Amino acid sequence: MRLAIASGKGGTGKTTLAVNLAIKAKEKQSCLLVDLDVEEPNGGIFVQGDLVAEHEARRAIPDWDAAACTLCGKCPSWCLYNALIKLGDTILVMPNLCHSCYACSEMCPASALAMKPDSLGTITHRRFEGLDFVESRLEIGLEQASPLISQSLAYIDEHLEKHDLQILDSPPGTACAMVSAVKQADFVILISEPTPFGLHDLKLAVQTVRELGIPFGAVINRDGIGNDEIYGYLKEEKIPLLAKIPHQRRIAELYSQGAMLYKEIAEIDEALEDILSYIGRLR
Amino acid sequence: MKIAFTATGEGWDALIDPRFGRTDYILIYDEEKDELVSIDNREIMDVAHGAGPKTAQKIHELDPQVLITGNGPGGNAASILKQMQLKIYIKASGMSVRDAYRSFKNNELILGG
Repeated sequence: MRLAIASGKGGTGKTTLAVNLAIKAKEKQSCLLVDLDVEEPNGGIFVQGDLVAEHEARRAIPDWDAAACTLCGKCPSWCLYNALIKLGDTILVMPNLCHSCYACSEMCPASALAMKPDSLGTITHRRFEGLDFVESRLEIGLEQASPLISQSLAYIDEHLEKHDLQILDSPPGTACAMVSAVKQADFVILISEPTPFGLHDLKLAVQTVRELGIPFGAVINRDGIGNDEIYGYLKEEKIPLLAKIPHQRRIAELYSQGAMLYKEIAEIDEALEDILSYIGRLR
Repeated sequence: MKIAFTATGEGWDALIDPRFGRTDYILIYDEEKDELVSIDNREIMDVAHGAGPKTAQKIHELDPQVLITGNGPGGNAASILKQMQLKIYIKASGMSVRDAYRSFKNNELILGG
C-alpha cells in the first residue's frame, strides 16, 4: 500500500502526520517513509537513523557544440520551456528551464546538442528503529523537483524490498511536484486546517487528486481554530474525514522539541489509529 | 543611443511595465533619429515557461544600449542580457515612459541587473 500525504496549503502538518504515522505504523508492520518534499525535506529532523545508502541523482541537459552547430535556429522553436535561445551566432542553454526531454538533442540535424549529465540531488536511505526512511533532496538552486521525485520513486521500486506500508510525504501545493509525488499512490490523505485559506487550497487539492483518479480522504489539523466551513464542504463532497487533530499549545511545544506527538498526546494517538484502521480496510 | 523601455502601452504617455519578461510592450527610443517605436510583446501571455529569456532574446535583437524597466529581469533573462553591452535601469515602475526617459537623462534612475 502506497499512501501519499499531501495538502494544498503549506504548513498544515504533512510531515508531522507522515512521521508520526510511519513511526507508529512500523510497530505492527513493515513501513517505509519517503520524504519527497525535495525542495525542503524536513522529515530527517524527526527521523535520523543509520545510513544505508546514498545515491546521487542526475539529470541530462544539452551541451551546445559550437563547432558542429550550423546555426539553423530550429532548436529554440522545439523547446517548450524556452531553455534554448539563439543569440546571434550563439545558442544559449538555460539549465534552469530545461526539463531533460531530449527533443533538441534528438532532432538537431547537426548533432550539436549532445546531452551531458548534471547533478540533480541526493537520495538518502536510512534505517531508524526498523523504519526505512528515504529522503530526497534537490540540489540548492535547482527548480526541477518533479524529475527528482520520479527518480526517487523508481529508486525505491528498484532498491528497496516491498513494505506493507509506504508513506510518501509530498511537496505542498498542487503543481507538478505534488502531482509527481501523489500520482503513483494507492491512496492520498489531504491534510488541511479549518481556515478559509485551508479550505480554499483543500478544494484545489481535491480537484487535482480527483483528476488523477486516486481515492482520497481528509485529515483536519488544528481543529478548533477558524470556522467549521471545511467540515460542511467535506460532507457535501462526500469526502471521508479520517481524523481530526486538535489545536493545542502542547502539540506545538512537543513538535518544536522534535518529539513523537502520538506518544504524548492521546488525541493524536487515536487519530493515527483511526487513519491506520481506515487504510487497513482498503487493502 | 537606443533606449529600450518595458511598457504597458504605446507612446510616450504609456507607463513603465514593472515586469520584464511579461511586459506588454517594448518601446525603443532612437535618440539619433528621434523616433519612438513600439513592439507588441503580448503574445508572451501564452508562454508558460521561459518568458524572461524570450523577451531577453527580443531585446538582444533590438540591440539597445540602455534598458529602463521596473522590477528588473530574473536570473534566466539576466544571463542573456549579460551577453550584451547593456545598462539596465530598474525601479522606474509607475512613471510614464516620458518621465522615465527624463529621469534617465538627469541620472536619477537606479542602475541594476
